[in-house]
Amino acid sequence: MELEGIGASPLRKEDWPLLRGEGTFIADFKRPGMVHALVVRSPFAHARFSQIDGSAALQAPGVIGLITAADLPDRGRAIPIRIFHDETANRYLQRPLADGEVRYSGEPVAVLIAESRYLAEDAAELLSVDYEPLEVILDPDAGTVAGHLVVERGDIAAAFSQADEVIEQEFRIQRHAATPLETRGLVAEYDPASQTVTVWGAAKIPHVNRRILAQLLGWDESRIRLVELHVGGGFGARGEFYPEDFLIPFAAIRVGRPVAWVEDREESLRAMNHSREQVHRVELALRADGTFLGLRDTFVNNTGAYVRTHGMTVPGLSISMLPGPYALPAYRGEYRSVLTNTTPCGTYRSPGRYEVNFVRERLVDSAANRLGIDKVEIRRRNFIREFPYDTGTLFDGHQVVYDSGDYPRLLDKALEAFDYAGLKRWRAQAPPDGFKRGLGIAFFVEKAGPAEREYARVELNATGDVTVFTGTASVGQGMETALAQVCVTHLGLPFDRVAVKHGDTALIPEGMGSFGSRGAMLGGAAVMGASVRLREQLLERAAEELEAAPDDLVVTVDGVAVRGTPSRSVPLPSIAVEDRFVCELLGFPYGVQIAAIEVDTATGAVRIHRYAVAYDIGRAINPLIVRGQISGGFAQGLGGALFEEFAFDANGQPLAASFMDYLLPTSAEVPDIEVLITEDAPSPINPLGVKGVGEGGTAGVGGAMANAVADALGVEVTQLPLSPERVAALASA
Amino acid sequence: MKPAPFEYDDPRSVDETIGLLAKYGDECKVLAGGQSLVPLMNFRLARPGRLIDINGVESLGQIKIENGRLLLGAMVRHAHVESSNEIAARWPLLHEAIGWVGHSQIRNRGTIGGSVAHADPAAELPCAFAALDARFHVLSKRGPRVLRWDQIFVSEFTTSLAPDELLTAIEVAPQDPSSGVAFVEFARRHGDFALGGAAVSITLARNGTCSDVAIALLSAGARPVRAEKAEGVLRGSRVDETQIRHASAAAVEGLRPTSDLHGSSEYRVKLLQVMTERGLARAAQRAARHAA
Repeated sequence: MELEGIGASPLRKEDWPLLRGEGTFIADFKRPGMVHALVVRSPFAHARFSQIDGSAALQAPGVIGLITAADLPDRGRAIPIRIFHDETANRYLQRPLADGEVRYSGEPVAVLIAESRYLAEDAAELLSVDYEPLEVILDPDAGTVAGHLVVERGDIAAAFSQADEVIEQEFRIQRHAATPLETRGLVAEYDPASQTVTVWGAAKIPHVNRRILAQLLGWDESRIRLVELHVGGGFGARGEFYPEDFLIPFAAIRVGRPVAWVEDREESLRAMNHSREQVHRVELALRADGTFLGLRDTFVNNTGAYVRTHGMTVPGLSISMLPGPYALPAYRGEYRSVLTNTTPCGTYRSPGRYEVNFVRERLVDSAANRLGIDKVEIRRRNFIREFPYDTGTLFDGHQVVYDSGDYPRLLDKALEAFDYAGLKRWRAQAPPDGFKRGLGIAFFVEKAGPAEREYARVELNATGDVTVFTGTASVGQGMETALAQVCVTHLGLPFDRVAVKHGDTALIPEGMGSFGSRGAMLGGAAVMGASVRLREQLLERAAEELEAAPDDLVVTVDGVAVRGTPSRSVPLPSIAVEDRFVCELLGFPYGVQIAAIEVDTATGAVRIHRYAVAYDIGRAINPLIVRGQISGGFAQGLGGALFEEFAFDANGQPLAASFMDYLLPTSAEVPDIEVLITEDAPSPINPLGVKGVGEGGTAGVGGAMANAVADALGVEVTQLPLSPERVAALASA
Repeated sequence: MKPAPFEYDDPRSVDETIGLLAKYGDECKVLAGGQSLVPLMNFRLARPGRLIDINGVESLGQIKIENGRLLLGAMVRHAHVESSNEIAARWPLLHEAIGWVGHSQIRNRGTIGGSVAHADPAAELPCAFAALDARFHVLSKRGPRVLRWDQIFVSEFTTSLAPDELLTAIEVAPQDPSSGVAFVEFARRHGDFALGGAAVSITLARNGTCSDVAIALLSAGARPVRAEKAEGVLRGSRVDETQIRHASAAAVEGLRPTSDLHGSSEYRVKLLQVMTERGLARAAQRAARHAA
């Protein structure tokens, strides 16, 4: 019988309740006596205030309470960085509520609790804050530096002095963000008898957030339970610890009733982490034959008004990953992560890499054009060939060492699978009147993991039902299905008998969560470890009872039997095995994206003729899920390449305040793409050989699309997004 | 994103509706399909004290053809027009324009009268009605009025309807079956309000010259714009590439659409010219096909 283990593509366990409308998202979740919180937000991007007058608001119908900074322990403790710490950055952390000064439009100033969200919004209009507007800083070059890092290896000065050619360019990536379909939301309930608080609506990192909440409340962690419900997308932003993750439980404790808060889209677009905004000034030194000698980059990362939980993750990943797949004898990178009066920033799918893949791959195309070398050839000529490859940089204390790879092989496979020769012929044919054709390629290295450890427990009961408990979380990526498949392969019982439980700190003792494409690598390895040991124990016990060698035994849902003699069998026992997988290293999947496009030169519209992604992920646990991850990731990458932008007016007011102006690509804008999954370079750092797969669909889209437009128009493209007006201007330049 | 408090009425007839409008006037707003009003209320950008919901007024939901003239009740849904074979055959410009309105969910709910009364200069229907020289039937307790497009559309989101008046129907004259039409627009995404567009109708005489032409521009100003100068360029002349270019240049003379996040005024002018050119070319091709 087909067990549907690793390599199979069973339909996702997650989908049944979702497709039948039986999912429980945070807005579906109700508790008896539940009341509603409204986070009152600053209308100014920068202002001082001395007084919040809530007397009228508190008299309004249905209002139960008002919380300001003065009500919080220590007037609100700073929300700590959880990843990529920086000492300077620690001076600029956000507190749950503004205390005397607001630094971005949308900053929480107070919390109103009322019988309904409607009544809370009515009461909020009666709240009076004596704002005194201050100077607004939006230009990243003028912002206070919250983090600064220089990375240097090789003799960079020598590289440039020996160069036959130097390509120099400034590149800009616009601010955009994750905007998951389900906005954030929480329901918190305090139980006075046990003096514990339960918070539903956790996502991504429940255990980590329990620790942070305990720290901010000054409580022991054991008094806090976080529970994950269905999660409608995370993409880096959802599930981090935000001001509301403190304020809502605090409100529940204070008013003694369950408190619900469901972020509406208007506040979500101002409150949830933004990302991506960087300006790079970069130079590439080459020999005349196209060999790269050195790369020098100074960039500014706009981190918004505060440093949030991701610390310096985004610029840190940019500085490590800028060189990408190419061997560079010398490299110097320098970043300044700066504060401005804008929404604070964090990660977004392929953080730090989407940005530098655009920068580097554009620069490589410029170099190819300048030197008259074929664009594929110049890439092949400079590929890293030896693995493991030490980039000489650190990510949050972890060495950035590429674990495995065969870049030329993937490139060759992709060119063949996607008929690149045919695309070149298409490119050379005469386009329709008024159109120009372009072909763009972007090669990239992704990073996956770590967060050093992950927990799993596998429980077998006598009926043959298996329950896997994991410390990872589900953000819609198919984690339950994938982990079940790992268990199936290593335990030997069928897929439909394996259930996966996650996201409840009362049920699972520890966990690092799901982010940075770590779930399959770390969570998968822990499930594998527990499943292997459980099978061993099962066979050992049965071998003793049946007086047979373990190798001669067969495990089925009916019991353990001697091969060929089903009558000699014992029933399944109830056993549970735990495992903790520890890994300090990172995995580095790699890929290539190819865009074939037509530009309508009069309007500046970019039409995709074909788009293809080839991705080596070491090993695919569920190829159908991998394909889905890549396709969905591509859609988000395309949003960044063509549509999405968080712009502000001169006063720091967001111009894209709803989905009418923040342009997510819809199904009409996202074409079907071609996907090639390869498994040529399994990761040596985990026993499954897997590398994370969540971000490769996104990583290269800015670079490939920009290269395609540059190719079509014969110009340099130095800025995203490729909005029609920008492209039309390039076309007429 | 919850609306401010409001009172709510649910009339069942036109008489009852205009009675309520006469009584409450300024403080109320008519709720038709709600595709613009409800979001505005949720943002608290619109705060009517009272909503008069006319979804229960059945007599406003009919499409009638009388003496060859099309009469669209104010509560006719976009989808209803879109699926009418009669309209597709006899008023193809209207049919083509409807296809550009939002997404199918919006067209299922949105109404013809709601689109007119909302008077968004980026909305397709007001533009198409300008090209079609539609007439707008208005009723109040004081009596009926019939308005031309340039009388009803005043400015952005502003019509000449008095607070006690209800738009009841839109009337469109029969079209010359030999004319060629085109509705073209450019938006950043499918279903978005267009950055620029044009509604075009061309009729050719036996000798191939243009006997009649209408060009209305979308997102070109504070209300729909009839490109009269461009129409003058074409009327009586041959409709070839050169004339189309001249007409398109004339169409955008003096236009200053508002800049925003998605396009500067200069870019929008250029787009309007391109859209006019493409609309004219397509309409002329269709007219020539009808003539052949």
